[in-house]
Amino acid sequence: MSTQNLHMYRRPEALLNVRTHYCAGCGHGIIHKLFAEALGELNIREETIVVAPVGCSVLLYNYINVDGLEAAHGRTPAVATGVKRAQPNRIVVSYQGDGDLLAIGTGETLHAANRGENITVIFVNNANYGMTGGQMAPTTLVDQRTLTSPKGRNPQETGYPIRACELLSTLEAPAYIERVSLHNPGAVKKTKKAIVKALQYQKEGRGYSFVEILSMCPTNWGIEPAAGADWIKTSMVPWFPHKVFRDRPAEAAAAGGKAS
Amino acid sequence: MKQGIPEIDKERCKGCGLCIANCPKNILEMANDINSFGAYYTICSDESQCIACGACSLMCPDAAIEIILKREVG
Repeated sequence: MSTQNLHMYRRPEALLNVRTHYCAGCGHGIIHKLFAEALGELNIREETIVVAPVGCSVLLYNYINVDGLEAAHGRTPAVATGVKRAQPNRIVVSYQGDGDLLAIGTGETLHAANRGENITVIFVNNANYGMTGGQMAPTTLVDQRTLTSPKGRNPQETGYPIRACELLSTLEAPAYIERVSLHNPGAVKKTKKAIVKALQYQKEGRGYSFVEILSMCPTNWGIEPAAGADWIKTSMVPWFPHKVFRDRPAEAAAAGGKAS
Repeated sequence: MKQGIPEIDKERCKGCGLCIANCPKNILEMANDINSFGAYYTICSDESQCIACGACSLMCPDAAIEIILKREVG
């Protein structure tokens, strides 16, 4: 009897061999890794174009070995629309944060979803503006302290956190909308499944797919990374519940199965 | 029981501790040393206890942990 060793988990090939600029424990790193794994699994690395947002993930194309371009703040879905229409055979992914997607880019987000563009949007929700130092974002929770809401967000003054998935699921066109998170290894696995599914649907030409990922920003939340993961579970998940809001292809398959 | 070896790339590690917090066997710990970037890094204190669950490699934001599965053949 002898032992044979084999890799159970390997660093994904699509991830470039560079050190990222993200803070220790930042959720972007986990999402980049899952995205790179998904590209490898579906074998679509060569045909993928990533549109990077303005925010912490602005240098996304330096870390993942895919073609990429940079859009003006919030205009990522508009640029992705153009790229997809010019190059319909490429997989176009718009990677956005909460300031980009829900503050300055709300219009682009809603209309790209409403047109049902065949693109994938990965939405990283960390409840603040990370790059600029942790100011209040549209997704900041009620009573959450940030740089610009030092006494906690007051809904009388600044309203309530926007739930992007619920908002988009009122539209008719999107094919796939799901909210997932990164608070523990099980949740990370589900997140990867959601990303793979979204990319798969785009590859099959099913239409607009949207994945919201609750992510941690321990530096700007002022807590340790592990405590940040717990904070997602205890504070963010009650307001932003995990749910598949829409899965048109699966619903159609189920209905087709029943009919036959 | 599956047996594994966590291979931690200490130069890639930023010392966030997410792997340590999520290890079901509590065999990962922070080293008393820093890497060339000045960050503390994770080490495995007892590789024989590793069950190759992959929790650390899933949570690692810098993809610094690879898991090698030990398999008995023959």
